[in-house]
Amino acid sequence: MDSAAPSIRLPAGDPMLPRLFRIERVKKELSDTFTMEITPADGGPFHFRPGQFNMLSAFGVGEVPISISGDPGAPDVLVHTTRVVGSVTAAICALKPGDTIGVRGPFGSHWPVEDARGADVVFVAGGIGLAPLRPAIYQIMADREHYGNVVIFYGSRTPEDLLYRHELQRWRGRFDMSTEIIVDRATGHWGGRVGVVTKLIRGGGFDRHHAVAFVCGPEVMMRFAVETLGECGVTGDRVYLSMERNMKCALGFCGHCQYGPSFVCRDGPVYRYDAIERLFNVWEV
Amino acid sequence: MVEPDRKDPPIMAIDRDGLDALIQCLAHDGYQVIGPRVENSAVVLGPVAGVADLPKGWTDEQAGGHYRLVADGRGEDGALFGFTLAAQGWKRYLHPPRTRLWQAHREGRSWRVEAEDAAPRYAFLGVRACELSAIHVLDRVFDNGQFTDPGYAKRRGGTFIVAVNCGRAAATCFCASMATGPKAEAGFDLALTELSDSASARFVVEVGSRAGAAVLTGIPHGPATAADIAAAERAVANATAQMQRAAGGREMVDDAAGVLSRNVEHPQWDKVAARCLGCGNCTAVCPTCFCTSMEDTTDLSGDVAERWRRWDSCFTLDFSYIHGGSVRRATASRYRQWITHKLSYWHEQFGTSGCVGCGRCITWCPVGIDITEEARTLAESEGRT
Repeated sequence: MDSAAPSIRLPAGDPMLPRLFRIERVKKELSDTFTMEITPADGGPFHFRPGQFNMLSAFGVGEVPISISGDPGAPDVLVHTTRVVGSVTAAICALKPGDTIGVRGPFGSHWPVEDARGADVVFVAGGIGLAPLRPAIYQIMADREHYGNVVIFYGSRTPEDLLYRHELQRWRGRFDMSTEIIVDRATGHWGGRVGVVTKLIRGGGFDRHHAVAFVCGPEVMMRFAVETLGECGVTGDRVYLSMERNMKCALGFCGHCQYGPSFVCRDGPVYRYDAIERLFNVWEV
Repeated sequence: MVEPDRKDPPIMAIDRDGLDALIQCLAHDGYQVIGPRVENSAVVLGPVAGVADLPKGWTDEQAGGHYRLVADGRGEDGALFGFTLAAQGWKRYLHPPRTRLWQAHREGRSWRVEAEDAAPRYAFLGVRACELSAIHVLDRVFDNGQFTDPGYAKRRGGTFIVAVNCGRAAATCFCASMATGPKAEAGFDLALTELSDSASARFVVEVGSRAGAAVLTGIPHGPATAADIAAAERAVANATAQMQRAAGGREMVDDAAGVLSRNVEHPQWDKVAARCLGCGNCTAVCPTCFCTSMEDTTDLSGDVAERWRRWDSCFTLDFSYIHGGSVRRATASRYRQWITHKLSYWHEQFGTSGCVGCGRCITWCPVGIDITEEARTLAESEGRT
C-alpha cells in the first residue's frame, strides 16, 4: 500500500442518513401510545425480521429507536407503535398523514421464529412489550402448521393499558392459539385475571421440555418471567428476550447501548437468555 | 495497515532543517500539518508551520492529577520532542468533538437530506507509539465489520503520519506493559527518533510506506550512521526502563481483561466511586474513548435542520437514560462501565484492549485516580481469597 493510512472501505451508502417515509395512517392506541403506518417516499418494500427496530427521526427534533410492530409478510407498509415519553416521540406523534418521517434501519437481532418450528411457542409480554413481539406472532400464525401450541401471556398495568385490544380479542377467539391476559390493577368492568404475568406462566399450556419463549417487557418483569419460565422447565437456552438501552446511532459507533461486552443495537435487542445470564442480575449494567 | 516493503528500507537521518523542510513539504503537498505546540502552559496539538512552532526545550512532568511543563535547561539545543504526550491526542482530528452528519431542508411536507462530504487532509507530526496504537483501535471501532463511519474513513484515509519514538517516559506512562510502545513499529509513513544526546540535533528516520519514502526524497537527508542508530535504540530502551515497576515506573497488571470480567461485583467499585467526581475528563483525554451523542438543531425559520454528533461520556447520568430513568445511576456503576469496557469488554468487541497505556486518564483526573492501580487492587484482591 502506498501510505500508512488503512484502506477503510467507504460504505455504499451513508448509514447515518435517514430514508424518508410518508405517514399513511395514525391510530391512537392508548392515551399515550399510537401506531403509525408509513411507506417509503422512494417506493419499494421494507423487509425486516421480527424483533428488529428502526431509528425514527422527527425533522429538527431528534431520533429514537422504535421496534417494528407490523407484519413481516406485508412489507409494503412499515408499522411502528410508539409511546410518547419525550420530545422526539411527542414530535413523531404530532405528525399527520402526508407528513414525512426519517427512517434508518432495520437494525439488530431478531426473534428466532424459523428456528422455533416444531416447538411450542410461548410469548410473554408486558405493557408496550407486546409491540416488538407482534411481528413474530404474525409470522408464526401465517405458518401455523409448523408450530406446536402457540401461547400468549400478556400483562399490563390496568385494562386501559392493554395494547392492540381488538387484536387481542380476535386472538382470544381463535382455536389455534391461546391468549391469556392479566392486569396489575382491575379498574372499571374488568372481569379478567388480576396479578402479575408470572401467574399466567405457571398456568402452563405448553410442553415444558420443548417450548421456546419470547419475552419482552420492562426489565424487572422479564427478570421474574425468566425465573418462572425456568421453574416451569423452560431453560435459558430456549428463552429469548429483548433488551432496551439508550441508543443514539444503532451502528455500534455511539457506545450508548453497551450491555456488558455487547452492543444492544447490533448484538441485540433480542438475546438468548443464557448468553446474558451472567450480567442479567447484576446492578446497573 | 501498512504492507511492509519486501526489504527493509535503509535507515536515514535528518537534522532540524530537514525536519523544517519536511513540514514545508507536507504543507506544499496539500496537507494540513498538525503537531505539538505550547499553549496555555501545556503541550497541545495544533497547526504547525515549521520547527519554530514546536515545543523546543520543554519537557513535561506528569503524575496523578498533575501536569507541569518544565524547561529542559538546554536553551537553543533543547529537544523538540522532549515532552511525552500532548494533553489531548489525535482523536480530536480523526473523530472530532463535534461533527455535522447531515443537513436537511424542508420542502413542503417533505424534506431533502444532504450528506457532509468535505474532509480535511491531515499530516500528523509527532504521533507517539501509544497514540499510533490508539488510532488503530479507532480504525476498528469505526469499521466494525457491519458498518463503516464514512466521515472517519475519509479523514483517516487521507492522513499522513510522522511518528516520533519516545526517549523518556512520564511517570504516568505504561505503554511497555500494554505492548504499544515506546517505539512505533508499524502504521506510520515516517518515524523519527530524536537524538537528544548528540552534539548536533538530529533525527533517525525510518520509512514506513512508499508515501513516506517519496516525501523523504524531497528533503535534505542522509544515511544514519551506526552511532546514530545505536543512540536511537538507547533512547527507546531508556523510556522502556523508566516504565518498569521495579524501577518506580508504572505497569498494567497481567490479564487485566480477565481481572475486570471476573469482578463485576466487588466492594472496590464503591471505594473508587467515593473518589471519582464523575467529571468525564478521563473519557475526553482518552485516545480511544469514542462514545458520542446526537444533537438535532434547526435554524430560526425551522426549515433547515442539522444533525450533529458530539463526544459524550459514559460518566454522565444522561448517558444511559432510557424512559423511566438512567440505567447507571451510581458513580460506581459508571466507573465500572468505563474501566471494564476499556480493559475487558473491548477485547470481545474489537479484538484488542481499549487501553494503550498513554496514562492521560491518570494525569488529567482531578483526583488522580489511576487505572493501573484500580486494576491492580482488583487483581490483588483475587489473590487474597
